[in-house]
Amino acid sequence: MERIPILRIGEFLLATIQVDMHDQLALQLQDDLTKAIQRHGAKGVLIDISALEMVDSFIGRTISDISNMGRILGARTVLVGMQPAVAITLVELGLSLPGVATALDVDRGMTMLRAVLADD
Amino acid sequence: MAPSATMANSLQKHHKQLLSEWVKHLQSEVADGRKVRISPQELSTQADEFLQLLTDVVTGANPDDRRSAQFKALQGFLENMSRSRAQQGFTSAETATFIFSFKQPLFAALRVEAGNDANLLANEIWNATRLLDELGLITVSTYQHAREEIISRQQQEMLELSTPVVKLWEGILALPMIGTLDSARTQVVMESLLQKIVETGSQIAIIDITGVPTVDTLVAQHLLKTVTAIRLMGADCIISGVRPQIAQTIVHLGVDLAGVTTKANLADALALALKRTGNTLSR
Repeated sequence: MERIPILRIGEFLLATIQVDMHDQLALQLQDDLTKAIQRHGAKGVLIDISALEMVDSFIGRTISDISNMGRILGARTVLVGMQPAVAITLVELGLSLPGVATALDVDRGMTMLRAVLADD
Repeated sequence: MAPSATMANSLQKHHKQLLSEWVKHLQSEVADGRKVRISPQELSTQADEFLQLLTDVVTGANPDDRRSAQFKALQGFLENMSRSRAQQGFTSAETATFIFSFKQPLFAALRVEAGNDANLLANEIWNATRLLDELGLITVSTYQHAREEIISRQQQEMLELSTPVVKLWEGILALPMIGTLDSARTQVVMESLLQKIVETGSQIAIIDITGVPTVDTLVAQHLLKTVTAIRLMGADCIISGVRPQIAQTIVHLGVDLAGVTTKANLADALALALKRTGNTLSR
């Protein structure tokens, strides 16, 4: 069964979505990521969706959910690299993902996490 | 095929005379118009070609067949001519007159050919009128089609022209919006801005609405959508150029712009953007 790999970089976790998401995969990621945050005591999570070209309302909501779950578990979560088409789709679906931090790419997301964690 | 034979005969026999009379007529009309859009040589070449093709149709094996090769050739010629005239700025009446003005010399020739046979003449005139009217309609409908194409092309060009995304600074993009915002335009604006954000990796986008005449709930809705999409991609958005009347309208309409940074002018927005990106300005 395919899974989305979760990499540990220092005190951060990086999940890169490289394949087309389907519902089962999204739920699997939600499960894996929350467990990984707890296991590694991660302070920050980066979800890279730059290769994701299509979303539906379920995937959109799951991504938003994962971000919120990360925050509850004490890790700052940043969604990075959303494609224009995906952003437009989410807006048209009425999913504005309030409370979810976003960044243009992984590099900027990492800088953002460091800055936020330095403030804490 | 007896009736058409007379028309074919007169077309063949009086070709030179018909052509010269028709061209004279056409040129007097052109001279009447204030603008000369077509040279006399070009006009007589077109007239000659048309006459040649018309003769081919009438002398062809089956003059009434609208699917014959001869008729197709004539139709193609007329379509090309109308299209080029539409682009040159002729009116539809001027284009159609090219065909209809041929009636006078043709009827004169038919009268000579028919002699004293009134029945034959009436028949011939009816046949010729039917054919020429049909050809006239072809020119008009092609002309109209060509004009519509021109209009839709211009609309497309305006849509593209009116949404330039400019880079103000390293990491700062600006989009000066001009004209009324409707759904189709917002879509184009949103797409080009988001695409540019990805290409340049800019962190801040400034949407300047100085050139937007009115903001109603729909326009505000569109703006909010764009701002949300930009945020989702990980960039920030500042709306600038909010005029006093627009600020009043927005508040009266009850539009919630709480999550959006707004500035009165582009200069303020740029200053804020520079501050956010960590640049400092000094005099």
